[in-house]
Amino acid sequence: MSDINYKELLLKPIFKGNPVTVLVLGICSSLAVTVQMKGACVMALSVIVVTGLSSFVASLLRNTIPNRIRIIVQLVVVSLMVILVDQILKAYAYSVSKTLSVYVGLIITNCIVMGRIEAFALGNKPIPSLLDGLANGAGYGLILVVVAFFREILGSGTLFGMRIIPQSFYDAGYMDNGLIILPPMALILLGIIIWIQRSFQKDLQEK
Amino acid sequence: MNTNGNIYTVIYSTVLVVLVAAILAFVAMSLQGKQNENIKRETISKLLGAASQVDSTFVIEEDADILGLYAENIKDAFFVDGTGEKVGKMDTGKENKNSIQVTSTSDLKKQNDILKKIEDGEGDRISELALPVYVFDINGNEVTVIPCYGAGLWGPIWGYLAIDSDGSTIDGAIFDHKGETPGLGSKIADKPFYGKFHGKTFNLDGEKVFTVAKPNAITEPEHSVDAISGATITSQALGNSINLWAKYYKPYLAKAAAAFKAEAAAADSTATGIAAPAAEIAGIK
Repeated sequence: MSDINYKELLLKPIFKGNPVTVLVLGICSSLAVTVQMKGACVMALSVIVVTGLSSFVASLLRNTIPNRIRIIVQLVVVSLMVILVDQILKAYAYSVSKTLSVYVGLIITNCIVMGRIEAFALGNKPIPSLLDGLANGAGYGLILVVVAFFREILGSGTLFGMRIIPQSFYDAGYMDNGLIILPPMALILLGIIIWIQRSFQKDLQEK
Repeated sequence: MNTNGNIYTVIYSTVLVVLVAAILAFVAMSLQGKQNENIKRETISKLLGAASQVDSTFVIEEDADILGLYAENIKDAFFVDGTGEKVGKMDTGKENKNSIQVTSTSDLKKQNDILKKIEDGEGDRISELALPVYVFDINGNEVTVIPCYGAGLWGPIWGYLAIDSDGSTIDGAIFDHKGETPGLGSKIADKPFYGKFHGKTFNLDGEKVFTVAKPNAITEPEHSVDAISGATITSQALGNSINLWAKYYKPYLAKAAAAFKAEAAAADSTATGIAAPAAEIAGIK
């Protein structure tokens, strides 16, 4: 397949076909790990690495995989990548890996990863598959970072743990919004993002 | 080639799984050292965190040199058996902070298994115990940190209690868990919960050393803290594990408190001994 449009391959999953806001996949982890920017960024990076590499490997294997066990093979490939990422985080970013806790392991069940392998990597060459995986991971990561940005600045008044809202605001009676730290507010934020996106991209609206 | 045949499928899956297992085993082994280092560092920061609650001016910065801070403030670290006798020493890192020894949660689990066996009536195992004790000197306050360990709702829970030199007052506590329910049982690791332990005491003569229960079930408020609503099993498990562990630390705590008292008395008498000649000199003048 030489007629692949690389620009669309890379950009579509980030905006028009964003896995979180358009396909509404990977919601669970995007609610759980977006309390702080640091965790969200590490999670985003982990998902980008996992989707990219597992799409790449699955695409390399695509002609040899027995059709009857193809989901199992995909799962093995994805788990391999996830456990590698988890082990590396535990060794080099221990405190972040503690805050992400089970959600790194749960990337295995993240529908985006399996969905891209099944829908794209099994029918395409390794390099486009790698790019498709990376772009989809980036689309997921973008939403994660945007949600985390608002949750951390409104919920804790900080970004990456650094104080952004000055102390004088607090002295004047400003208070952090405790509600926004809880997962339900992340869902509402996500809803707002989907709303904004759909009001710009009219073709996404259902009739 | 027919990729859908039975033989091909079986061989394919076997080779794939063996290959993946080999890669993972290799990675896990090569990263093991680094990961253990992180876990040790975390245990040390928990120990320090519990001990430091004795003095509110002693604040551990987030980017502090945990190992150095530990080596600076630790006085002694050793093991005791169920009768309060010392049975071994741990490196406190005074000479080299990279050689600090602390017990990991898997060590605590082994001790917990022995404790359970003793409770089940195999009393002759009491000498097999090697319970870790960490004695800190936090700005002049002597604090003894003892761990506890037990089964929570979903996985192990453990913690560190800082005991004052009187052998019964709790100066601080810190808990952790493997995977208690987020928002409910996981709150044992949060400050609003463990902060409640400060100032409580062990009931060393009673049947229950310490209780974690709902307010209307608490009869001795000085030996109890309020449990977490919605996390009954985790709270009870925590109470039980504190009880079980404290029971076997009792002999040691009693001895240490007596020794501390004697030492303090001796220090008092020498202090007056020094003061007396000074007064004499003043008198002569």
